Amino acid sequence: MNDSSSVRPPRPLSPHLQIYKPQITSVMSILHRITGIFLFIGTLVIALWLWFAAYDQEAFGCLHVMLNSLPGTLGMIGWTGSFFYHLFNGVRHLFWDMGKGFDLEEVTLTGISAIAFTLIATLAIWWLLLGAGI
Amino acid sequence: MKSSPLRHPVKQARGLGAAKDGVGHWWVQRVTAIAMIPLGTWLIYMLIAMMRTADAWHVQDWLTDPMAAFPLALLLGVMFYHAKLGLQVVIEDYFHAPRLKYTLIILNMFLCFVGGFLSILAIMKLHLSLQTPIW
Repeated sequence: MNDSSSVRPPRPLSPHLQIYKPQITSVMSILHRITGIFLFIGTLVIALWLWFAAYDQEAFGCLHVMLNSLPGTLGMIGWTGSFFYHLFNGVRHLFWDMGKGFDLEEVTLTGISAIAFTLIATLAIWWLLLGAGI
Repeated sequence: MKSSPLRHPVKQARGLGAAKDGVGHWWVQRVTAIAMIPLGTWLIYMLIAMMRTADAWHVQDWLTDPMAAFPLALLLGVMFYHAKLGLQVVIEDYFHAPRLKYTLIILNMFLCFVGGFLSILAIMKLHLSLQTPIW
C-alpha cells in the first residue's frame, strides 16, 4: 500500500447531482423521486380532506377555500401532473425490471413519450374539470 | 434466531444480501405500484373533481357507491404503503447520522400508517352513512 492514500482528500459522496450535465435519463430519474415526495404530501392532504368530509364540516370548509384558491389550484394541477408523471415513468421502471427497454434509443423514446403522455393527461383532465366549471 | 448446529450458517445469510432483509422491500414496492395502475386510473378524475367541491355531502354521495368507496379505500391503503417504502429509500439515501435517520424512518412509518388508517376509516364512515339499513 502506498502512503499517499492516507493524505488524499475524502472521496466524494454520491449522489452529486449538481456536477453532471443534465440528461434526459438523469433528469427523469430525479423527477421520479421529486414527484414521489410531492405525491406523498398530496396524499396526506387527501387523507385530511377525507377525514374532514367525514368528521369535521367546518374544517372541510376551510380546506375547500384553500384548495380552490389560486395557489391551491396550482398545487392540485401540479399534483395531477406529478401523479401522471410518476405513473407513466413508473411503468417504464416496471419494464426495466423485466429487463426490457434498456437501449439508449428506447430509453429516450419511452422517456419523451412518458413526458408527452403526462402533459396530455394533465391538460385533458384539467380542461375537463375547468370546462365543467369545477 | 439461534441456528441449529445441524444447519450451515450460510443458510441465514443466503438470499438476504446487503440490506439484511432480502428483496421484500423491492418486491412490495413493485406490487403496490402495479395495484395502483388500475386503481389510480379509475379514480383520479373523480377524486380531483370531488376535492374541488364545496359540499361534503357530494363526497358522501359519491362514496355511497361501492364502485367508488371500495377502490378508493384500496387506493389509499396501497398508496400509503407505497409511499412508506419510497420515502424510506429517500431517507436512507440522504440522511446518514443514525439517530436522525432512524427517527425519520420511524416517523415516516407512523405517518403513513396513521394516514392510511384514518383515510380508510373516513371512507367507511362516508360510505355507510347514507346507506339505507337493510335490516
